[in-house]
Amino acid sequence: MVEMTGAKALIHALEKEGVDVVFGLPGGANLPIYDALVGANLRHVLVRHEQSAAHMADGYARIKRKSGVCFATSGPGATNIITGLATAHADSIPMVAVTGQVPLAMIGKDAFQETDIIGISNPCTKYAFQPRQAGEIPDNVKKAFYIAESGRPGPVLIDIPKDVQQATADMKFPDLIKVRGYNPIVDADLSEVGRAVELILKAERPIIMAGGGVILSGAFAELQTLAELLMIPIVTTFKGKGAFPENHPLAMGPIGMHGHPEANKIIIEADCIIAIGARFSDRSVGRFDEFGKGMSIIHMDIDPAEIGKNKSVDVAIVGDVKSSLRTLVKLLTKKVVKKEADNPWLKRRKELISYYTENLKDYPREITAKKSLKKLRELLPAAGIVTTEVGQCQMWASLHFDVISPGTFFSSTGLGTMGFGFPASIGAKAARPNVPVVDIAGDGSFNMTENSLAVSVLEKLPVIVFLMNNYMLGMVAQWQRTFYNRRYSGVHQHSCPDYVKVAEAYGAQGIRAQSMAELEKAIKTAIKSDVATVIDIPIDPDEDVYPFVAPGTGLKDMITGA
Amino acid sequence: MSQSADWYIVSALVENKPGVLFRITNLFRARNFNIESITVGLTEQKDLSRMTITTKSDEKTLDQLVKQLRKLIDVVEVKVLDLDKAVYRELALIKMKAVDPTTRSEIMNYANIFRGNIIDIGKETITVEITGTPDKIDAFMNLVEQYGIAQLARTGVCALPRGVEL
Repeated sequence: MVEMTGAKALIHALEKEGVDVVFGLPGGANLPIYDALVGANLRHVLVRHEQSAAHMADGYARIKRKSGVCFATSGPGATNIITGLATAHADSIPMVAVTGQVPLAMIGKDAFQETDIIGISNPCTKYAFQPRQAGEIPDNVKKAFYIAESGRPGPVLIDIPKDVQQATADMKFPDLIKVRGYNPIVDADLSEVGRAVELILKAERPIIMAGGGVILSGAFAELQTLAELLMIPIVTTFKGKGAFPENHPLAMGPIGMHGHPEANKIIIEADCIIAIGARFSDRSVGRFDEFGKGMSIIHMDIDPAEIGKNKSVDVAIVGDVKSSLRTLVKLLTKKVVKKEADNPWLKRRKELISYYTENLKDYPREITAKKSLKKLRELLPAAGIVTTEVGQCQMWASLHFDVISPGTFFSSTGLGTMGFGFPASIGAKAARPNVPVVDIAGDGSFNMTENSLAVSVLEKLPVIVFLMNNYMLGMVAQWQRTFYNRRYSGVHQHSCPDYVKVAEAYGAQGIRAQSMAELEKAIKTAIKSDVATVIDIPIDPDEDVYPFVAPGTGLKDMITGA
Repeated sequence: MSQSADWYIVSALVENKPGVLFRITNLFRARNFNIESITVGLTEQKDLSRMTITTKSDEKTLDQLVKQLRKLIDVVEVKVLDLDKAVYRELALIKMKAVDPTTRSEIMNYANIFRGNIIDIGKETITVEITGTPDKIDAFMNLVEQYGIAQLARTGVCALPRGVEL
């Protein structure tokens, strides 16, 4: 037992959890917390907008595979992190967000900068705490980290009234904690795994569909072992992009609305889908009723509620996919007859890949999204980390940027948050400072959080903004071209701002690349640079993302070009 | 209302602390679950409340409802009750316009048959308390509708499994 203030207890509890960096912005209601930060053994990164603090914590968490932490004050500070919480919630990212709240006696009085953040955040947090006494803080923090990181991860909020931060109490910091109503399943039911084995052995054309769960649980090696044991093609969802090296001879890239054409094609030809840590989202599978029809489906997921939510399945293996994969591989190894690399199913894979490589033509301009992203891949080390913004840039990244080292590609795939990529890249850089970090961006998205340039520069977290600039809200424009007869509405951003000047205004480096030669030079300069670099790459506003599975249609209805 | 083949009673033990009911009802709204009634009250353990939810739904939706409920941190246990192996009751207070003596005696007669109690009687109204399954209350309501129901309050279903099943 140690006597200290609630604010001090918070910081101490965070240190005990191994937190080394927090992203945040102070205000009236979290002043005691900021005071307790002075002299603390953790780094505070001051943001320019709380939304970015949450995205930075998110980017950090995706790399470290443990909770990112962000701070905000009450009221508007707290509401500003909501988009970040919702983003993390949709993508199952562990995060602990700490908000200040007005003093207990003021709650419910519509006080200055009071907001019911527990209520507002409810649908986009895994859980939320509001300690009423300083002595509850160590317990709440311990539980918050446990809940955020275990089971299906997610963001947890701790909302601390100002007087609770200031009050002193005898603090007991627990090492172990139990939450009565929360018992995530880790190890799968063996009999279900056995049934999966039977289905896999019976199948002639089995396929692996790897989702974000593989990345969250770090089951890269286990996934690769399974794929190589079975010698079958492997597609991913978009969130699962980078769960498996995309240059591997079994890899086929992501399926979905803007999936790789060969991936969308092959999965409908399969007779057994092994879905691993994937949730059959509309963006991945197109039509729920059509996807997987006539095939057997094995669904491995840590969240029992995902089983049967969007898709009824034949076998459900509930548990951490890393552990489930190990069990599955163990049971399969005894029974599987090693297939030749030139079996008909893998031949079909090759056939589809070469067909689409030959038949899908790029735009004729010197610089296109595809060419610039291929160039980036060529120059960026395999260990380099890539985040993306949202929109065309994101889908181009999915199509044309191959992830080689598993777990180095991150995007707001569930919520689709514009403005995510840049702050997330800064968070990722804080988590892994020794590798280059690139935000594959479009002008529309970058605009939303570009003031994080100040953070990147001042905190010496240099990242590269790979800005494919078409002066448009390009994805919306593409839909207006496709579904609204080219009636453009609210999509023109014109040439405002000048991104080179924006970068320079923040003390970062701005480079405009108007040719492939200039682009190559810019990427090389940026990788070596010790300040943030914005590479402004002009892209034809008429360039569309193809292939395209239109909303409400199935993967078989994929359109491969205009 | 009530007890058709697609009618289910879900019984949940939840933490007895502020905000729990909000989390649960917010989940129902966000996930588009259709809830017919919900009751919350104390249990034999003072830090747990029992929540009884009735819903009309298909099995797939019910399965999701149960799984989503189980996901909530404050929900300790969730069960779909087997109606044949459960006891369940609802309480209703029904206030009727009843001025003339014939009407009054008819209502009192019906209330007796349904083992209801007359709990208030005024110059113009009679209030009856009925306890039973939702079907029984529906049946009583059907019977007395003709007199004009002035006000009605139903509690929603409260339920427990029968016998030793815990």
